[in-house]
Amino acid sequence: MKIAVCIKQVPDSWAQKKMGADQRLDRESVDAVLNDLDEYAIESALALVEANSPTGEVGEGSGHSITVISMGPERASEALRKALSMGADDAILINDPGLAGSDALATSKVLAQAITAGGYDLVLCGTESTDARMSVIPAMLAERLGFAQLTFAGKVGVSGRTMTITRQTEFGVEEMSADLPAVISVVEKINEPRYPSFKGIMASKKKPLVTQTLSDLGISPSDVGSSAAWSAVKDSLPRPPRGAGIKIVDDGSAGSQLVAFLAERKLV
Amino acid sequence: MSTVLILVDSVGGKVSKSTAELATFGKRIGDVVAVICSSDSAAILPQLNTLSIDKTITCTGVDFEKFSTGAVAAALASVVAKESPAAVLIASSARGKEIAGRLAVRIDSGVITDAIDLDSEIIATQSIFGGSTTVHSIVTHGTPIITMRGNSIEAIAGSGPAGAEDFALTYTDGDRAAVLSLAPAKKSGRPELTEASIIVSGGKGTDGNFTPVEELADALGAAVGASRAATDAGWYPHSFQVGQTGKTVSPQLYIAAGISGAIQHRAGMQTSKTIVAINKDPEAPIFDVADFGVVGDLFAVLPQVRDGVIAKKS
Ligand SMILES: Cc1cc2nc3c(=O)[nH]c(=O)nc-3n(C[C@H](O)[C@H](O)[C@H](O)COP(=O)(O)OP(=O)(O)OC[C@H]3O[C@@H](n4cnc5c(N)ncnc54)[C@H](O)[C@@H]3O)c2cc1C
Ligand SMILES: Nc1ncnc2c1ncn2[C@@H]1O[C@H](COP(=O)(O)O)[C@@H](O)[C@H]1O
Repeated sequence: MKIAVCIKQVPDSWAQKKMGADQRLDRESVDAVLNDLDEYAIESALALVEANSPTGEVGEGSGHSITVISMGPERASEALRKALSMGADDAILINDPGLAGSDALATSKVLAQAITAGGYDLVLCGTESTDARMSVIPAMLAERLGFAQLTFAGKVGVSGRTMTITRQTEFGVEEMSADLPAVISVVEKINEPRYPSFKGIMASKKKPLVTQTLSDLGISPSDVGSSAAWSAVKDSLPRPPRGAGIKIVDDGSAGSQLVAFLAERKLV
Repeated sequence: MSTVLILVDSVGGKVSKSTAELATFGKRIGDVVAVICSSDSAAILPQLNTLSIDKTITCTGVDFEKFSTGAVAAALASVVAKESPAAVLIASSARGKEIAGRLAVRIDSGVITDAIDLDSEIIATQSIFGGSTTVHSIVTHGTPIITMRGNSIEAIAGSGPAGAEDFALTYTDGDRAAVLSLAPAKKSGRPELTEASIIVSGGKGTDGNFTPVEELADALGAAVGASRAATDAGWYPHSFQVGQTGKTVSPQLYIAAGISGAIQHRAGMQTSKTIVAINKDPEAPIFDVADFGVVGDLFAVLPQVRDGVIAKKS
C-alpha cells in the first residue's frame, strides 16, 4: 500500500482561541501542535503497515510506504517532523502564499491534487481538525478523488486490496468494506498513538520533507486562497462569559435545593 | 418566491426532530421543498404532514442505505439543478456534514457547517471556539449549503406538503463503499442526545457506576451523556460523548455529574441554556460555567434530586 496521511497543525486545544482583526482565527497568539486527532491516523497507518509487512516494521522492506501530507504555513513542518519521528517515511508540506485564507473546498482541492500526483491508494485522516471543526475534508477528498469513503472508523482491517472498517453511527454499529483506493478517517477510540522514541526522533531528521508550491501542483492561485473562499465571515463577537451562578456546598439538602432551583426555572 | 431544499433526516424510518427544525429555518427564506433520500420513504412521508413543508421530492432508483453519503450528495446535486433553490439545509450530524461537503464539491458552492441560526437573507450564525465566540457567515459563491445544529430553534408546525413528486435517479459512479452489516443501536428509550431538551452527563467521578445518572435522566425524561474520560474507560459508548471530539449539545438544561469541565468538554456543552454541576472538588473548572453548582458527592446528590423530581411530578 502507498499510504498518505493528511495531518494539520492546529492551535493547542487547551488554548483559549480568539478571532483576529481579519476575521480569521488568530493563530499567532497560541501554541501550534499536531492536531491530536491526526495522531490516531498516523498510528493507524503505522499499525496497518506493521501488521502487513514481512519484517513487521515500517520503512524499507515493508513493501508499503507512509507519506504525511500537510497544507499549511512553514511552521507546520514541525507537525510533519513529529509524524516522521513516530515512523512515517517521508513528508510533504504544501506551502504557498496563495493558500492563505483557503476554505475547505480549496484545502480539499489542493490535498486531492497532491494525492493524485503521488499516486497513493490509501488516504488516512483524522475525523476533525480541532480548529475548524468542520469534519468535511475526508468526505470532500473521497468525492474529488473518486475514492471509496470509509469514515469514522473505530477499527480498520485489510485483506489484499479490501479495506474493512467498523464504525458507530446513529444507525448502530456498521461494518463497511471497500476496495482500494479509499479514504479512511479514524476516531480517537481506534488506538493509542505511540510516543516518538529517541531513535525515531534521530532518524526523522534524515527523512525527506519536501515543500510543494501551487505551481508544483499545477493549481492556479485564483482557484484557492481567500479570493476563492466561498464562504466569508461577516463579523464576530466574543460571547459574554457566563455570569458566575449559585454555588452551594452540600449539607445534606443540596439535592432538594437543586430541585427548587429547577422548579423556579420551570425545568421540572 | 424562492425555494429552499431541506434534506429529510431519519433513522430507521423515523423522521428526526431536526427535520422539523430545518423546515422552520427554511420557511424564513422561502417555500420549503423536503428531499427524501431513503429507502424508507413510505414510512417517512406521512410523518411530514405536520411540518412546515410545501412540497416533497422523493429520490428513487438508488439504494441509499448501501452507498451512504456519496449517493445522497449526487441525488441532492440533481435536485439542486432541477429546482435552483436559494439554499440547501442539512442537519449538522456527522453524516449530514459529509453530505454537505460532498455536495459542495459537486455543485461548486460554499458550505457553512454547524450553524445555530439562519435569517431570511441566508446569513448564518455560528458559535465557535467552544462557544466563546459568535460569528455571522455568508456563502459567497454558488448555492449556499448550510448544516444546522439540532435544538437551535423551536420548530413550528405546518400543514405538510401540498405536493409530492418522485424523482428517478441513476447513480453509477458509486462511492463504492458498501455496508456489510449493521447491528442497530440498542434503543434506550431515552431521547437522542443532540435532540434532548435535558441531558444528564456522567464523568470519571461516577467511577463506572452510571446508575444514579440514568435514574435521574429517566425521572427528567432526559438523555444521558458522558465525558471522554467515561467513554474512554468503556463505561459508556463513544456515541454518548459530549465535547470537542464528541457531540455538541445545547439543551435547555445540562447536568454534569462528576465531570471536571476540561476545555474540550465545555466546548460541547457551554451553550446549554442552564448548566448544573455536581462535583466533589470546589475548584473544578465546570463551576465557572455552572448556573447552579453543588460541591458534593454525586452519589448522595443525584438520588435526592431524582426523588425530588418524582415527587414534584406526582
Ligand atoms: C483533543 C482532545 C479532545 C478531547 N475531547 C473531549 C471531548 O469531546 N469530551 C470530553 O469530555 N473530553 C474530551 N477531552 C478530554 C478532556 O481533556 C478531559 O480529560 C475529560 O473531559 C475529563 O473527563 P472527566 O471530567 O470525566 O474526568 P476528570 O477530569 O478526571 O474529572 C472527574 C471529576 O469528578 C469529580 N468527582 C470524583 N468523584 C466524585 C463524586 N463521587 N461526586 C462528585 N464528583 C466527583 C472530581 O472532583 C473531578 O473533578 C479531549 C482531550 C483532548 C486532548
Ligand atoms: N490543511 C490540512 N492539511 C492536511 N490535512 C488536513 C488539513 N485540513 C484538514 N486535514 C485533514 O482532514 C481532517 C478533517 O479536518 P476538517 O474537515 O478540517 O475538520 C483532519 O483530521 C486532517 O486529517
